[in-house]
Amino acid sequence: MTALPDLRPSRWAPLAALLTTSVLLTACGSGDDGSGAASGPAKSGGTLTFAVGSDSGCVDPQQVGSNDTIYSVRQIVDSLTDQDPKTGKIVPWLARSWDVSADATTFTFHLRSGVTFSDGSKLTAQVVKDNFDAVPRLGALGTLAEGYLSGVKSTTVVDPLTVKVAFRQPNAQFLQATSTHSLGIESSASVEKTPQQKCSDGVVGSGPFVLKQYVQNQSVTLTRRTGYDWGSALWSKKGEAYLDRLVFKVVPEAGVRAGSLRSGQVDAISSVGKANEAALKGGQVTLVSRANPGVVFGLGLNNARPLLKDVKVRRAILAAVDRKQIADTVFPTGTRPATSVLAHTTPDYTDLSTDLAFAAAKAKSLLNEAGWQTGSDGIRTKGGSRLALTINWFPNAATNQPALELVQQQLKAVAIDVVLKQLPVTQFATTLQSGDFDVVWANVTRADPDILRSSFSTRLANFYRLPAGSLDTALSAQAATADPAERGRLVAQAQQLIVRNAYNVPVVELQTQLGVSNKVHDLEFDSGSRVQLHDTWIG
Amino acid sequence: MRRYVVRRLAQAVGVLWAAYTVSFLVLDFLPGDPVSAMAGAGMDSGQPDPAQLARLRHEYGFDKPVLVQYAEYLGRAVRGDFGDAVSTGRPVTATLADALPQTLQLTGAALLLAVVLGGGLAVVATYTSRRWLRQLLLSLPPLGVSVPTFWVGLLLVEAFSFELRWFPAFGNDGLRGLVLPALTLAVPTGAQVAQVLAKSLLTALDQPYVETARAKGAGRWRVHLRHALRNASLPALTVVGLLVGQLIAGSVVVETVFSRDGLGRVTAAAVTTQDIPLVQGVVVFGALIFVATNLLVDLVYPLLDPRIVVAPDRRAGFA
Repeated sequence: MTALPDLRPSRWAPLAALLTTSVLLTACGSGDDGSGAASGPAKSGGTLTFAVGSDSGCVDPQQVGSNDTIYSVRQIVDSLTDQDPKTGKIVPWLARSWDVSADATTFTFHLRSGVTFSDGSKLTAQVVKDNFDAVPRLGALGTLAEGYLSGVKSTTVVDPLTVKVAFRQPNAQFLQATSTHSLGIESSASVEKTPQQKCSDGVVGSGPFVLKQYVQNQSVTLTRRTGYDWGSALWSKKGEAYLDRLVFKVVPEAGVRAGSLRSGQVDAISSVGKANEAALKGGQVTLVSRANPGVVFGLGLNNARPLLKDVKVRRAILAAVDRKQIADTVFPTGTRPATSVLAHTTPDYTDLSTDLAFAAAKAKSLLNEAGWQTGSDGIRTKGGSRLALTINWFPNAATNQPALELVQQQLKAVAIDVVLKQLPVTQFATTLQSGDFDVVWANVTRADPDILRSSFSTRLANFYRLPAGSLDTALSAQAATADPAERGRLVAQAQQLIVRNAYNVPVVELQTQLGVSNKVHDLEFDSGSRVQLHDTWIG
Repeated sequence: MRRYVVRRLAQAVGVLWAAYTVSFLVLDFLPGDPVSAMAGAGMDSGQPDPAQLARLRHEYGFDKPVLVQYAEYLGRAVRGDFGDAVSTGRPVTATLADALPQTLQLTGAALLLAVVLGGGLAVVATYTSRRWLRQLLLSLPPLGVSVPTFWVGLLLVEAFSFELRWFPAFGNDGLRGLVLPALTLAVPTGAQVAQVLAKSLLTALDQPYVETARAKGAGRWRVHLRHALRNASLPALTVVGLLVGQLIAGSVVVETVFSRDGLGRVTAAAVTTQDIPLVQGVVVFGALIFVATNLLVDLVYPLLDPRIVVAPDRRAGFA
């Protein structure tokens, strides 16, 4: 016979709780980064401790897409070229010079001599070829790098220091792509490893820092590469980096990151949101920020939807959004309202702020012209259908919901009904592919205007279901133009076509904001609004 | 006794299978899959290429019928192979093995604190003859149970790390780094131990045997600890068995607030990226710990209370 206390029924409750806790957890998005001011003579030495919000579980620059990881792994590798964040111009790094064929299908790079990887091996044309040949096999995590090289016909070694990359179609964006961390050059030994091995063990690069240790979910430690002497043409210091060591700590909680910076436990932090600005101001901390280049945050309209097929309705939405109110209320201080479909930090950006001015009266008259009259419930109707839209959004940034709530109010003011629908980030790809959406809230970071073609050309995936037309011509032509001036003209034309036809409703630029201790100097943003730490010093 | 243990083990296996199956079904029911999750994680980096996603789905076998996937996963899981985490490509078992020591350290320390502080509070609250003190002490556990762990953690870190600078705010390093997270995790756990123990202590003190002990001349403290506490600790022990599950669940929050590596962080990341193999591994592993702890608790009962004997035959009342 057994006698037991009668406490058993709820025994399995904690297990159920464990299960539900797991399933209910959602992602916390992470933002981006900045630059610091210099004073006194720069000096070498010291350790910079940088708190980032997340660990993507991978320390291979070719396979990471999250800024929090790019900050560290970018320092391990050099790229063929670099891109000036001020002008967007491509400048020498591992390649001294390059030639691009007039139709932008063939790119020939002349490599610098005397460059070595931290395992002692030499940089040669063959190593570059090995890297580019391996990129298409990177798999799921390598989608960025794979995209840059998509349509590649061959990479050939012309001589030990000359490598030629040929594409099947014109591919003007490739030159800028060679400046990104995704196409950072790794040693042959690293390239031979499987993508998984590269992720967990890290890679050997020729960069100003060497990966010392990676502890998953905890830290990435880098040490200075001795003898480094092949820095980007943009860097002010020649030779080795100033700092001895870089330690990136993973601190997921934004408040803890801010407090750690304030109390001196770290020297810099990523992803400072509006909520933490006040706590950091006034102390020994500077907030630095830069807008991410690429397609700004905006309403990605499904142009095939019956309501959104009408250009007047689309233009009414474009005019009804008060971008400044959204930027000022929700986003970090200094965030700019969208003045084009591209952020102002993107090369060939064109200022279309007059087209994107807030004009509620214009929105109303456009809707009246289109035959939409305000019904009894305060929402416009036409032929029995209501002017109601659902905006799908994904919790990849804390600013999404408040920004969209403002959009909702602003559209309500011109009698358009908006329903906000949150979906898990995991559904972003499927939503776009299925085409089963009215509006998607999204942005894309990329420091080359070709991102317009990936996003809006009807000859590619065409997730936003644009009609074929003159925009396609402009987008394809810019991809086939090696001449910078001509390309700039075509990109400007594409931006005008997108904004004036309101295929997309640009709203606000994504601004990367970092908190940096005042003892840290020359922490600079690169063209992708990530950090460059070769020139950074502590003093 | 042997039949009892065998039956309990069979039940444990059943629970593990159920946990595995339910989590598989829940994950399958969610829209999307790990491949689109990975594409979504880089949603700031551009639109995914549908053809490429389809190819990856095929590579991972996510395009197979659900039942086939389930059978394949289960077949491997039985042999201890949970496959590779999709997000990192590392074996699930290795990922869990790396995270486990950190979480054991945290939950072990938290459990110790919970039992010592919670138990101590219950004993003092029921022993004291000062009414106000008893009221005050007995009002603490409900408070401890109801404040969110997340908030307690932030409060502790603000006070003891950012202001006083006694302890680090993040990381897994050393004993100093363990203090704040363990304390945070111990608050709700200790509160529950205190609640149950105080209640059963009060009940025990009303029992006739306490009267008998007093009549035989035992001192008040001796009656309280030797007689009442021993009997009252049984329900508290059951609660501790339950709390192990809660501690593991709580580590998700605590490890995030204090930036510690461990099972909680692995769980959070796995769920965020809908990493099916990893979530499966976490769930089965969590269930395993839970089942093992409760088995252990059941086996300890007879040692504490001689009245509990395991029936040699007949259907025993074990649920």
